[in-house]
Amino acid sequence: MSAVIAEHDDHHADEHHDHGPAKGLLRWIITTNHKDIGTLYLLFALAMFFVGGSMAMVIRAELFEPGLQFVDPMFFNSMTTMHALVMVFGAVMPAFVGLANWQIPLMIGAKDMALPRMNNMSFWLLVAGVLLLASTLFMETGAPSAGWTFYPPLVLQPITVGTALPFAVFAVHLLGISSIMGAINIIATIFNMRAPSMKMMDMPLFVWTWLITAFLLIAVMPVFAGAVTMLLTDKFFHTSFFNAAGGGDPVLYQHIFWFFGHPEVYIMILPTFGVASTIIPVFARKPLFGYASMVWATGSIAFFSFIVWAHHMFTVGMPMAGELYFMYATMIIAVPTGVKVFNWTATMWKGAMTFETPMLFSIAFVVLFTMGGLTGLMMAIAPVDFQYHDTYFIVAHFHYTLVPASIFILMAAGYFWLPKWTGHMYNEKIGQLHFWLSAISVNILFFPQHFLGLAGMPRRIPDYAVQFADWNMISSIGGFIFGASQLLFLYIVIDTIKGGTGEKVTDEVWEDASKHSLEWTLPSPVPYHTWETPPMLVPTEHVLDSH
Amino acid sequence: MSDEDVSKKNTKLAKKLLLVAVAMFGFGYALVPIYDVLCEWKWIERDRPDDIKKVPEVAYKVDMSREITIEFMTTLNESTPMEFRSEKKQLIVHPGEYHTVNYYAENKTDKVMVARAIASFSPAVISSYFEKIQCFCFDEQTFKPREAKVMPMRFTINPELPEQYKTITLSYTFFDITEKSVKK
Repeated sequence: MSAVIAEHDDHHADEHHDHGPAKGLLRWIITTNHKDIGTLYLLFALAMFFVGGSMAMVIRAELFEPGLQFVDPMFFNSMTTMHALVMVFGAVMPAFVGLANWQIPLMIGAKDMALPRMNNMSFWLLVAGVLLLASTLFMETGAPSAGWTFYPPLVLQPITVGTALPFAVFAVHLLGISSIMGAINIIATIFNMRAPSMKMMDMPLFVWTWLITAFLLIAVMPVFAGAVTMLLTDKFFHTSFFNAAGGGDPVLYQHIFWFFGHPEVYIMILPTFGVASTIIPVFARKPLFGYASMVWATGSIAFFSFIVWAHHMFTVGMPMAGELYFMYATMIIAVPTGVKVFNWTATMWKGAMTFETPMLFSIAFVVLFTMGGLTGLMMAIAPVDFQYHDTYFIVAHFHYTLVPASIFILMAAGYFWLPKWTGHMYNEKIGQLHFWLSAISVNILFFPQHFLGLAGMPRRIPDYAVQFADWNMISSIGGFIFGASQLLFLYIVIDTIKGGTGEKVTDEVWEDASKHSLEWTLPSPVPYHTWETPPMLVPTEHVLDSH
Repeated sequence: MSDEDVSKKNTKLAKKLLLVAVAMFGFGYALVPIYDVLCEWKWIERDRPDDIKKVPEVAYKVDMSREITIEFMTTLNESTPMEFRSEKKQLIVHPGEYHTVNYYAENKTDKVMVARAIASFSPAVISSYFEKIQCFCFDEQTFKPREAKVMPMRFTINPELPEQYKTITLSYTFFDITEKSVKK
């Protein structure tokens, strides 16, 4: 049907006097090539995944038994705070920006990102921001320990922040500037650099979800930057935004924070949806079911993300009208999200499915993300949320939507595109082992936390009452297995880059993949420069399907 | 379109988007006054410390059939070098009755101190039924070095208080605002 692709060919490369990458280490510092920058982002995110993961191991080790075992409570609190910040701003977000850098130009037939120099700058600002944040770990008073949400008045009290607060605030500024620049770049690329024949509704869903995510980033990262700046001036310049004595209100901070915070959680999940919508059709050997409804669902989820923030703070003492409004508004989000889950299921329905590692991770994502979504619905019900609030139930909920969702899909993306990027096949046996270990242990890790939360165990505590001992121990065991299993992924990434199984992969890599998206029409490994001449025709399977 | 045209188009779009980002930074700050305005709305029913204003003493019909327990809490945070306590820890009242409770506060430093007491109610909805005729919390309090004061708070509970409320906790926190007052 489609797949009449591209005048593009290697010989064009010669005509354009192309040069390969610069030699040596300097290549990685000065590069403006979208593939190099994508690689930098992905490797950095992988490193941070292990840094943040080690912090999680400290947390699970301390919670293995009741009582204080390994670390003092203040350090424990620093670990929960830093684990969240590193995972959100250092691992998940940069990983998706890395995927965007690699894939968006390849998928829309652009020769590079729209603003290549800014692209380089946003990566290195990210590194600077994360280093600044990490530097607080070595300060005498310790890293920030009031939770990643930085709630005042706790975060302003000397004992919980010490000297770390200004460093954390400036780190947030740098990370914010970095992701705003990344977002601007992505929007400009998608709007201006598409192959002339590609209309908006021809774009792969990964591109669509990132376009919408980029707008979310531009809209909310500055608000977060503003909120932490207010904390900074309250602390050091005698303003009273959140200081009751000066006429301020700490609850205001929570409103501003979650005005950013709720879209932020969708910033981490929308590209996840995009990758899942890319992988599932390939292994179901069917076009994506309901392409247009997927686009609209993504858009409406993004819109709703701006008007539901206060469901994070039902217990703060809101008026009844507010509780009701935020409760119903939150529940509406289940509709577009449900559309997506049903579409993925329908894509698989009667498909000629095969179960390679990327597909396994994607199917696990659909199942486990749905569970995370269902507990989200439970918490949307304001009156019962009073029981769940700030317990391990919420910890279980958002980890289900982040670990077996965002992280699993990032793994799936790695397995899916690494052969394309490197030209080498990964070891399928180890990949499958990695999947099964991860999928089983992630449930041992997080499922018991639902029970702990319902029984009343609060989050962010280093010690707990003895009745919580059994499930905590099981959860910790799951955590250790999950953590150790990820080393397999590290091994596979290194092994694949170095040559993998030695099997030569085809241009398509996966059977008929070129029907789904443009990148599979390029040679494997992808040359350093691609689409010097835009492709003439683009795969339009989903478009044909929707007519 | 030539490369140069595309590049111009990209720069133009980037500038526009940057403007959006800057505007959103401003919007974050605009949320501060917006919040204050929204909280004034009748149906929001938010309890602000400043809302609990002085009201004239009116003679209510005392509801002898109901008893309300009021607990008085006093709090200081670590940066307020004072002593602060209420004369009574607990009081049982009938709605509509007037009572006076004395609070004791002492400046523990050798400097002049300006402090402000902020009230907080539990449950929060109580605040609109808790009517204060006289309170040290209406104004900033200035303490001379080492000065001790006994400060009265006269109040009643509006008999319209819904039946289900039987215990009220009233908490005062004194904040040291000397630095801010000097700056003014």
